Amino acid sequence: MKRHGFRLYRHYLSLSIRSSMQYKSSFWLTMLGQALTTISTLLGVIFMFQRFPEVKGFTLDDVILCAGIVQLQFALAEMWARGFDRFSQIVRLGEYDRILLRPRGKILQVFGSQFELSRIGRIIQGVLMLVYALVRIRLRWDFLRVLTLVNMLIGGTGVFTAICILRAALCFFTLEGLEVMNIFFDGAREHGKYPLNIYGDKFLLFCTVAIPYALVQYYPLLYLLGRRADWFLPFLPLLALWFLIPCLLLFRVGVRHYQSSGS
Amino acid sequence: MIHMQNVVKTYRVARRDSGAKAAFFALFHRKYDLVRALDGLSFDIDAGEIVALLGPNGAGKSTAIKILSGILYPDSGAVECGGFSPARDRMRYTREIGVVFGQRTQLYWDVPVGDSYGLLQDIYDVPEAEFKRNLSELTELLDLKELLRTPARQLSLGQRMRCELAASLLHSPRILFLDEPTIGLDAVSKLAVRQFVKVLNEEKKTTIILTTHDMQDVEALSRRVLMIGKGKLLLDGTLQDIRRDGESLDESLVDFYQGIEGFDGKEE
Ligand SMILES: Nc1ncnc2c1ncn2[C@@H]1O[C@H](COP(=O)(O)OP(=O)(O)OP(=O)(O)O)[C@@H](O)[C@H]1O
Ligand SMILES: [Mg+2]
Repeated sequence: MKRHGFRLYRHYLSLSIRSSMQYKSSFWLTMLGQALTTISTLLGVIFMFQRFPEVKGFTLDDVILCAGIVQLQFALAEMWARGFDRFSQIVRLGEYDRILLRPRGKILQVFGSQFELSRIGRIIQGVLMLVYALVRIRLRWDFLRVLTLVNMLIGGTGVFTAICILRAALCFFTLEGLEVMNIFFDGAREHGKYPLNIYGDKFLLFCTVAIPYALVQYYPLLYLLGRRADWFLPFLPLLALWFLIPCLLLFRVGVRHYQSSGS
Repeated sequence: MIHMQNVVKTYRVARRDSGAKAAFFALFHRKYDLVRALDGLSFDIDAGEIVALLGPNGAGKSTAIKILSGILYPDSGAVECGGFSPARDRMRYTREIGVVFGQRTQLYWDVPVGDSYGLLQDIYDVPEAEFKRNLSELTELLDLKELLRTPARQLSLGQRMRCELAASLLHSPRILFLDEPTIGLDAVSKLAVRQFVKVLNEEKKTTIILTTHDMQDVEALSRRVLMIGKGKLLLDGTLQDIRRDGESLDESLVDFYQGIEGFDGKEE
């Protein structure tokens, strides 16, 4: 069965994408909405820098670079892990019953259940922010810098995917308590765009060891900007992928609590 | 073929008082109500039978189907279907069964039905030859030719139900579970579904377990009826055991339901 796992995922992907192509106008509207969100995010950052020329050693361009990377990490995770992102709905609508009726892995099926093409708008905006900042900062590019950036995207997408899985796992225990999780999640999106050290040492420590968010954001950013040169920094973001393991395990535990939904 | 013995299934339903404060505290300290959906249910079904599960709303029919199809684990009791323990052997067992929930769909809403079938072929690893054979047979029997190129969202309920039936049979399952397959269908569509189920059982010897509130479904299809009330088996027999002289089947059924001790005609 594992043999065809990848092929099956591609099949899911093509149906998902073709489904979303049916709604062209809503696709463009979503893109527009996303553009507005991004602009307001940027304005927030710019206003802040009108009052302070520097925030903890970071300039406006540095922060735009950071925000662009975070935006990409978030959007990539929401695009490909949409099934976990909207898992409470999957449970409520009884779609999870159907997943259990198929002779395939549950996690593969949840990933396959939806691919959110509309996140492409946020991705494009993230790339624009990134390019703008990189041009202004005039980094000297070398192989390790490129690798750092790529690893930040991989690791960051992994961390946010893990958080989606964590939220999904909680659906098995409580459907009401999710509201609180969502506040947490949206808060992370809102404040996660600044380099994490601006929130203080304790918070930075928490985001290093508990939720490895700083590993895909603050530390490799320092390397990218040439503030630190430790050899391990380009690889640090990949280490953050450990966070997927406890989240997947919790999902597996949650599965045992599944009790379907009335018809 | 199918064996259920003393099966108990309890749902935990979060009790939630209204108000934001209560919602907040519910996060830390939750209270649950226990709903006993199956309360020592036992029955056996042989290969090749068509059996109807009957009972008032909330009796536990859908729960029984979910346990037999491996969606839910029973709290206690023994379940065995075709040599498997449904929930535990999910990966192998689900290849042997097809399941239709009349209230839900398993088709992609926005792509042609035929494309959903293609995905099912991949999911079940159905060999190309077998897939083609099954699909052309089902297309013939269920009159799907025009529908295969239509997205599911454009289908009428009756058309969709025919497509759902085909979708659950593409991998040649030995057992078919139908939970309210005729709900909401007009007379013509109901007849088509019944006719098809009958043929399937006679020609392929597929074992069929269905739930319905439509007595004509039962009359047309099943010799054997299992009556469930409050999660217990009340009767294992035929429609003749329920029918009373001088009454319609529906009236007899109402009498029967009212005879269920403490039955109040409402869902619990
Ligand atoms: N997922 C669930 N969570 C909590 N309680 C449930 C769930 N599913 C069913 N119940 C409860 O379990 C009992 C049995 O429900 P079930 O759906 O099995 O009945 P049913 O015989 O199929 O009824 P109907 O004829 O209305 O479909 C009911 O009291 C119902 O409220
Ligand atoms: Mg039911």
